Amino acid sequence: MLKLIVFSPLVGAALIGLGGRRWSERIIGTVGCATVGLSTVLAFYVFFARLLPLDPEHRLIFEPFYNWIASGRLHADFGFQLDPLSGVYILFVTFVGFWIHVFGVGYMHGDSGYYRFFAYMNLFMFMMLLLVLADNFLLMFVGWEGVGLCSYLLIGHYFTRQYAADAAKKAFIVNRIGDFGFALGIIFIFATFHTIRFAEVMARAAHMPTEALWTMGTLTAICLLLFVGATGKSAQIPLYVWLPDAMAGPTPVSALIHAATMVTAGVYMVARTSQMYTRSLTALFIVALVGGLTAFFAATIALGQDNIKKVLAYSTISQLGYMFMACGAGAFIAGIFHVVTHAFFKALLFLGAGSVIIALHHNEDMRQMGGLKKYMPITYKTFIIAWLAIAGVFPLAGFFSKDEILWRTANSAVLPPGWGRALWLLGVITAILTAIYMTRLVVMTFHGEERFRHGEAGSAAGHHGGPLSPQESPRTMTIPLIVLAVLSVVGGWLGIPEGFSAGTLPNWIEHFLHPAIATVSEGQTTMEPASQGSEIGLALGTLLLVVAALVWAYRFYQRQPLWQPPSVLVHKYWVDEAYDRLFVRPIRAISTVLLWQVFDVRIIDGAVNGTAALVRAGGRALRHIQTGAVRSYVVMIFLGALIVITYFMLAGR
Amino acid sequence: MEFVIHHLLTVIVFTPTVGAVILLLHRLFGGKSEALMRWIALWVAVITFILSLPLIAGFDRLHPGMQFVERVPWIRSFGLNVDYYLGIDGLSLWLIILTTVLTVVSILSGWRAIEHHVREFLIFMLLLETGVLGVFVSLDMFLFYLFWEIMLVPMYFLIGVWGAERRIYAAIKFIIYTMAGSVLMLVAIISLYYLHEQATGQPTFDLVRITENLKTGVLQLDPRVEFWLFLGFALAFFVKVPLFPLHTWLPDAHVEAPTAGSVMLAGVLLKMGTYGLLRFNLPMFPHAAAELTMPICVLAIIGIIYGALVAMVQPDLKKLVAYSSVSHMGFVVLGTFAHTEQALHGAIFQMLSHGLATGGLFLAVGVIYERRHTRLIAEFGGLGQSMPVYTGMVGILALASIGLPLLSGFVGEFLVLVGTFTSPIEHAHAFTVLAATGMILSAAYILWMFQRVFFGEIKHPENAALPDVNGREKAMLLPAVALVIVLGVVPNWFMRKMDMTVLALERRMAGVAELHQPRRDFSNQRVSASTTIVNGQSETEEVTADGNRRLGN
Repeated sequence: MLKLIVFSPLVGAALIGLGGRRWSERIIGTVGCATVGLSTVLAFYVFFARLLPLDPEHRLIFEPFYNWIASGRLHADFGFQLDPLSGVYILFVTFVGFWIHVFGVGYMHGDSGYYRFFAYMNLFMFMMLLLVLADNFLLMFVGWEGVGLCSYLLIGHYFTRQYAADAAKKAFIVNRIGDFGFALGIIFIFATFHTIRFAEVMARAAHMPTEALWTMGTLTAICLLLFVGATGKSAQIPLYVWLPDAMAGPTPVSALIHAATMVTAGVYMVARTSQMYTRSLTALFIVALVGGLTAFFAATIALGQDNIKKVLAYSTISQLGYMFMACGAGAFIAGIFHVVTHAFFKALLFLGAGSVIIALHHNEDMRQMGGLKKYMPITYKTFIIAWLAIAGVFPLAGFFSKDEILWRTANSAVLPPGWGRALWLLGVITAILTAIYMTRLVVMTFHGEERFRHGEAGSAAGHHGGPLSPQESPRTMTIPLIVLAVLSVVGGWLGIPEGFSAGTLPNWIEHFLHPAIATVSEGQTTMEPASQGSEIGLALGTLLLVVAALVWAYRFYQRQPLWQPPSVLVHKYWVDEAYDRLFVRPIRAISTVLLWQVFDVRIIDGAVNGTAALVRAGGRALRHIQTGAVRSYVVMIFLGALIVITYFMLAGR
Repeated sequence: MEFVIHHLLTVIVFTPTVGAVILLLHRLFGGKSEALMRWIALWVAVITFILSLPLIAGFDRLHPGMQFVERVPWIRSFGLNVDYYLGIDGLSLWLIILTTVLTVVSILSGWRAIEHHVREFLIFMLLLETGVLGVFVSLDMFLFYLFWEIMLVPMYFLIGVWGAERRIYAAIKFIIYTMAGSVLMLVAIISLYYLHEQATGQPTFDLVRITENLKTGVLQLDPRVEFWLFLGFALAFFVKVPLFPLHTWLPDAHVEAPTAGSVMLAGVLLKMGTYGLLRFNLPMFPHAAAELTMPICVLAIIGIIYGALVAMVQPDLKKLVAYSSVSHMGFVVLGTFAHTEQALHGAIFQMLSHGLATGGLFLAVGVIYERRHTRLIAEFGGLGQSMPVYTGMVGILALASIGLPLLSGFVGEFLVLVGTFTSPIEHAHAFTVLAATGMILSAAYILWMFQRVFFGEIKHPENAALPDVNGREKAMLLPAVALVIVLGVVPNWFMRKMDMTVLALERRMAGVAELHQPRRDFSNQRVSASTTIVNGQSETEEVTADGNRRLGN
């Protein structure tokens, strides 16, 4: 069954990839959606009919497939595992994935690369499901690099455009830097535990002692290496730079890969290996710190962007930062909860942006939007829901998950004293910034003056042209918006904190995920956890601040939607430029001049140049022999052989 | 038929020679049709390939020694004791298949590109195949050396006659480098012959027997002698691999050689170097190998990084692929000298993977070279629009080359990295980390190349009308494309046939005291632990490295 869930989209990808060039859009779209739809149905079936009925403490289904690589003690097999964590993942991955495929049918209409798009999207679904259902590290790595490949192919969908090709390459290479860490982490795990199967590694890790802060034990080393992988895939400092550029891909790609699913793989990995992370206070602290800083840092950049998708990209980086902050604080479940709710509202935001972009003939500049709410009512209303959800307004999805993260961080038992509070403060400031940049986006896009008429609309190589009269998108696009809007409202109710309902409502997701996630045990704590009661207080305080920020930002941007943000934010702190100067250019220059032209050609070859000079003279002599007939060559071969043999025999005497 | 079954290796090795003779006879009888010649050569290569397939089916993966053995006394005069002695094990099996596959596609690649001296070209291709196959199956050092040298002649002419502008320079550079190495090997072989005669009273070039006697102590070498013998063999092989800094013949040879020559060179000739290391240096001179492990690993790692960095900035497609070979072959050498089971598996697997992926990439360069008569990356761009099928095929080969999982390159490189990390050698962890940076760099140079050739707008109008791959070109690229996928998806099927050979090598090195350094806590187990699980079934039986009980004396 798990096999079928994983391989169904691969079959779709293969069919479309091989035959799609001759098919109509209708057939391609149907095959693409149907194979993903089958995975979705099966995922829900397996989840509810197979996994849920099991004893809550032992919800684990294995499904071996075949031996992939075996050498000595190393066994990396194709084998799948379903537990609560991967269960939650397959539900939202297939579900959101299916609706984004449906959206893609409308969005990609008329695109010359229609079949490529669906082939790669299906391949992505295969790789993503492989990633979350793998029962060992190496198979997870297969999915991990596989989603990276699909991301590369889809970012480069419009490959004739230089910036798309650049962005695709950048995404792959930056991710490879992360994968380098991940691969070393896996090797380290194998060297330590002699196995790479999750179940066995975690069972053995559970017997290892906790490594104190600032000690570099085995687990700390492993966790930090794995986290390098996570910073690549999930776009955290310092490897976040590829994600904003990745917006060069079609918008459904941004929604599926660069918002809802792939970029949360890093969080999945950290949660999957929580048994190891909880035993390394150093690793936890670094994860929390990187997460918190990224959340704040990316939110500030989001304030300064004018491209609608770039704002959402930085927003995604920021929200991913929240998730890591939660994991680092030991609240893995809160992190995963935010992954789920974020998948709903961020996918909705991207699809809504996609709907707008299509209506404006592929213009993504918010300075040339405005006043769209009356032309696109469904897009507008669903977007408003997503806006309030990401801002964290009660009772929408984002409220519960974000609140859970902030509360758990403030009361973290594993962070060094004081740091929980500090990160909490950073989280609250980020929440306020989120409210502001999202309001700016909503106001600039849907409210106020209609600026799309006198802008240079359609300049971004849109494939329609002609005068602009924005229209609501077709049903294949609006239905997914509505579905995701509903989930952005109710998604958060999966995890209503027990402090809220005074224990009358169970926190479902907490209870469900609990057996699959390591919890911080006694003796590891550095401070006393706070009481449940204060959760409501903190949540109310944050909510008040957020609402105040929303109102203020709304009024501010309503008055001056084109207010120029500080240059440092517009230029994203010049990080790209710094990386280029510090790494890209020096490596290229050293390779060209020092290694190749000087070392290889002058020094090494120069050393044999004496020989070479002689050789050239000899070559001139030999050239005469070479113009002869076949027989002379063959004779030479035999002569040569004869000489060797004779020499040998004489030498041997 | 009976003869074929009992002399399968002989038949495989000399079928191409027969083909070459047929082409000669064709001339003697006045045949002029170039098309007929091409078809003859192609069919001979295909038949050789088909003949090599029973080797896979008939190979007993649990048999520890040489298989398909043929042995007859050959030269007994002059006090020499040379046997015609052939056989294969888990190391040579797949290299033979690799050779027979790549010869077929190489001949296809010259179908249009070779316009003059067609017959001679085909004869040399077939003789080259005989030479390479002979190297891989010879178990008599004399015979081995003979094939080793014979193989140089056709390669020399392939570069020198059908090459590009600076072909003579490249051909001679190739010959000088290789000859310099192999002369030393000849000295080592002769010394070994006499040392064995001194110790046992029996003169022999039988490498299986010498290896066995070295292992059991019947033949004991003074450490200094062992050291020099090791170097004598190793230098010949390092040049071939090529190991940094002996690599500078390679870019020139590749750039100047015709496509077919490049494919054979990268695909199989380089493997003769690593094959030699695994066949001679490790099992015969393990103490010297252990002693020299450190400098060799350092050079291998320099090669990995250096090759990748230099590949990144090459303006010429062939040079890029050539330097990438230096990088990828560095992994093979590192795996060979990490002395663990995973590393050895990885090294052998990487040889196959590199042969297919890089051989395939050279074929691919040939396709656009035939269309545009340039190999400069800057001359291309936007080919994704004009040649979509070609783009897809090159894409798969490129991804295999950068080690994407589920394609062949990943398996070899990952196993080498695992094996190096768990290796008993000093600085094993630092080596692993440094070698792993090759993963990042290879992605950088391959993707950058791919972008400049296939993506973007079409800048040069000539590229807009380029026809996509035709039937012949598809047939020539498809084997490599299909095989890198098969190798990546079901590597176990290939690796299981290497097990006995790998295990024997690993045990041989495990017994060497020089290797055992003080070790850190988490890797305190020897990875060579005596249980290996093959297909879920535990085998604890003692496997001896010799395995030649069946044939031997």
